[in-house]
Amino acid sequence: MTTPQQDTVPFAPAVAEHDARLAAWPATRHWVLAGVLAIALVLPFVFQGFVVFQLTQVMIYGLAILGLNLLTGFSGQFSVGHGAFYGLGAYVTAILMDRYGVAYYWTLPAAGGVCFVVGTLFGLPALRLRGLYLALVTFAAAVALPQLLKFHGLEGWTGGVQGIVVDQPDVPGFLPIDTDQWLYYFTLAVVLVMFAGASSLVKSRTGRAIMAIRDHEIAAAAMGINAPLYKTLTFGVSALFTGVAGALGALAVQFVAPDSFSLFLSLYFLVGLILGGMGSLPGCLFGGLFVLYVPNIAEEVSRGLAGAIYGVIMLLVIFVMPSGAAGFTRLAFAYVSRWRNR
Amino acid sequence: MQLLLQQVMAGLANGAIYAGMALAVVMIFLAIDHLNFAQGEMATFSAYVAWQLLAWGTPYWVAFVVVVIVSFIGGVAIERILFKPLHHASIFANLVAFFALFSILNSADGYLWDYTIKTFPSPFGTKPLFGSVLIDAHEAGMIVVTAVLLGLLYLFFRGTRLGLAMRAAAANPESARLVGIRVGWMTALGWGIAAAIGAVAGMLIAPVVFLDPNMMFGVLLYGFAGAVLGGLTSPGGAVLGGFAVGIIENLAGTFIPYFGRDLKLTIALLVIVAVLMVRPAGIFGRSVVSRV
Amino acid sequence: MKKLTRRTILAAAPALAVGAPLLRARPARAAKEYGPGVTDTEIKIGNTGPYSGPASSYSSVPRSQAAYWKMINDQGGVNGRKVNFISYDDAYSPPKTVEMVRKLVEEDQVLLVASPLGTPTNSAIWHYMNQKKVPQLFVATGATKWDDPKGHPWTMGLQPNYQVEGRIYASYILQNKSDGKIGVLYQDDDFGKDYVKGLTDGLGDKAASMIVVKASYETTDPTVDSQVLDMQARGVDVFVNTAIPKFAAQAIRKAAEIEWKPLHILSSIGSSIGATLKPAGLEHCRGIVTDLYLKDSTDPKWQDDPGFKGWSSFMDKYLPGADKSDGGYVAGSQLAATLVQVLKQCSDELTRENVMKQAANLHDFTVPMLLPGITINTSPTDFAPIKQVQMGRFDGEHWELFGPLLAGAVG
Repeated sequence: MTTPQQDTVPFAPAVAEHDARLAAWPATRHWVLAGVLAIALVLPFVFQGFVVFQLTQVMIYGLAILGLNLLTGFSGQFSVGHGAFYGLGAYVTAILMDRYGVAYYWTLPAAGGVCFVVGTLFGLPALRLRGLYLALVTFAAAVALPQLLKFHGLEGWTGGVQGIVVDQPDVPGFLPIDTDQWLYYFTLAVVLVMFAGASSLVKSRTGRAIMAIRDHEIAAAAMGINAPLYKTLTFGVSALFTGVAGALGALAVQFVAPDSFSLFLSLYFLVGLILGGMGSLPGCLFGGLFVLYVPNIAEEVSRGLAGAIYGVIMLLVIFVMPSGAAGFTRLAFAYVSRWRNR
Repeated sequence: MQLLLQQVMAGLANGAIYAGMALAVVMIFLAIDHLNFAQGEMATFSAYVAWQLLAWGTPYWVAFVVVVIVSFIGGVAIERILFKPLHHASIFANLVAFFALFSILNSADGYLWDYTIKTFPSPFGTKPLFGSVLIDAHEAGMIVVTAVLLGLLYLFFRGTRLGLAMRAAAANPESARLVGIRVGWMTALGWGIAAAIGAVAGMLIAPVVFLDPNMMFGVLLYGFAGAVLGGLTSPGGAVLGGFAVGIIENLAGTFIPYFGRDLKLTIALLVIVAVLMVRPAGIFGRSVVSRV
Repeated sequence: MKKLTRRTILAAAPALAVGAPLLRARPARAAKEYGPGVTDTEIKIGNTGPYSGPASSYSSVPRSQAAYWKMINDQGGVNGRKVNFISYDDAYSPPKTVEMVRKLVEEDQVLLVASPLGTPTNSAIWHYMNQKKVPQLFVATGATKWDDPKGHPWTMGLQPNYQVEGRIYASYILQNKSDGKIGVLYQDDDFGKDYVKGLTDGLGDKAASMIVVKASYETTDPTVDSQVLDMQARGVDVFVNTAIPKFAAQAIRKAAEIEWKPLHILSSIGSSIGATLKPAGLEHCRGIVTDLYLKDSTDPKWQDDPGFKGWSSFMDKYLPGADKSDGGYVAGSQLAATLVQVLKQCSDELTRENVMKQAANLHDFTVPMLLPGITINTSPTDFAPIKQVQMGRFDGEHWELFGPLLAGAVG
């Protein structure tokens, strides 16, 4: 009854197309990136502690959404369970630091590694499933994680319902900044590296193979692309990204508990991804901004109806920008180009 | 043995709840090829409207019929107002709209009617059925109503032109348009029917679990699991799936030592995943045939 | 000029004797010390709570606090200062709580954070508040860990903690049915597990043999029928029901349906007549036993009680239309009332240190909705303000209080 394409993502344009549109403005792209980076470097000195904390979280959520983007946007596999990988990464960090005294920077690759393995294992049953059926498997992960975390048999490791407190990373002695600012820069560095990695992955042959699988799996297979291998690995890589984000999240919030990683977290990531723009890398940061700030805005409007206002804002954004912020920006660029060349 | 039988019956009773929701899930899936995440909240809202009518003194069956009709109209209206503009957008844009609808309805329920639980009357009464403590009249009533709804849906889809038109519109919108079917209105009709089924489900579930704003969230998840287990394209399969989930969950919680009690939802989902490995489209669902 | 002879001093003595106590009683007015968020006309207090999200049913607690502060302000404020109660939504999500509390402390510059709601949420800010030396006062949760003056001198709870309640159930069972087979229903959550721990610890060596079924439930479960059936099948005759109203009511109703009549102990969380017993069916609730420390706002016994009447008219004026059977409105207003006393005791020395000092300096203080006889007491080594509860038995209409006031301590 349904064709395979309807279960995957039909609208995310390939990165090449995006580049082509901006190819007319080569210098602009680099200036924009440099400008954004410059602002990002200066921000922690303009704002005080808690805003720096918020900005750190925006980057972390953006990274988590990037992980989901790699899976759903580029590889076309549907996931409503990425909150589980985020939580898993956070707990890896918390357990390693609290129980084993591992330094915080080593926990990131550990979290990434564990999530990569678990994600790949998830990729295996995912091969057989499409659309909503796949959604159920990922949703099972999102449900299972809090239950497992609270499970009394594992309490010795996970701290059960009480959670685990995580120490804040210390500032390396010679730098004249405070802990919030240090964590901000640390996160910024990690996020930059990972975004660069994602970008090169997407532009590489592997990336194109993955997108080919998304657009038409049979044709891709006919061309010799090993679809199962790529799809499974994409799951792993996607989980790795979100897991590292979770690890950073644990360092920022300094606390992990099962209640921090409910099913709603997975849904917020998905919403953030869609509003940022499926298949767009910068869109992920917009998604992060949305996930962090819009609930606060909704609350200012009406505390009693905070949830309803949040829903209304979501509707407004999606009506105005059905392809997300990235799609909107692309359209805006197109209009401007057309206007310039008329 | 007594405990086993009791748990199976209790599982069937819970399963009747999930089956009703699963039916609404499949209905919306047949109409729009995706799951409306706000389905449960729409059902809760319908149940609250019914409660309000009852509180104002309306007789039960009058309120029941009014709410079903109002929910039908509401479902159609939501589709035409909220989702028609998103027809050309990706399914993901629609997903955001579903989630937004969920947020709005859930928040509105609490704001309008407070968070304390409310009792909701049952049209079947709560006496044990035939004197047995295993199942009471209401639970039996739920099963009967679900079966009746299923029968009606079957007749609608297989036996009427309108039902055929709906199936055509969902299966192949372009071809359907070419034959003169108003695809947009078929989708709206699907929404309306799903909302009506949800309203019935909500009004039958509320007497069992008590009415409160978060009444349906868990039920929707279980209903979704049941629908997937049974096959998203098969209403009958979804209903059976709902019952199966209820039974599996109860048995897991009672009889699996050490893990069962705390992890019963996880175990139930694992069972479903295992089944999906063998039958990727659900037990009764039709597999997708990919054409090159 | 009169010389300061012995005679003058002796003559002045009676005047001094009368005057001295007055001098001592008057608070030190000379020192007007202000911490952050305080001016001559305003005190800023922060708060977080679940206005949205899965725990939004508890939003009545922060909302009633906000309404209470409005009432206090309408009556002139505390010591002439209006209270600016700044409350943010944290959707019961610990990361959000951290963000909002940091906003309260760093941007809004509040004097203290009052009654943030929830155990995981308060756990998330516990370290921060103590590090920054900001009072985390009268947290709205009954977890045992908040009574820790040595380790966390800036954090204090208010309500009797869950483990204490669990122990009290244990001793009640040992006194009244020492050969009983116990089944406990609990939410798979921090407060549920705390109850079970208290019960288990209170039973001591007999715990393993007496507790036959430990049945948990999740808030996403539709019913707890399966758990109740299990208990009946395994011969449980003492049912410790620590569930929240929705599931407590379901359990009571199911037990009646299957004609199972154990000794039924309900926790204070689920014991509201209007919120739990009525939906379950009052006729099924006869004989149920609970522990209480607050007056049940739906218990007809308190109709003419001045404390209740005061609360009721507060609700009518400041939260019109709200459902009075929601115990959250009682809890929230009493939390605020206790804080009013602390602020009063601070007088003009409104620093964070003095706030904690006065919070640890409450003696035999009561608020209108506490059961008669129960008092609030704290000291620098005792951060458990309410320790007492009273047992009650439901007679079909109201909670018949019986027995002495019980107190428990968790060592």
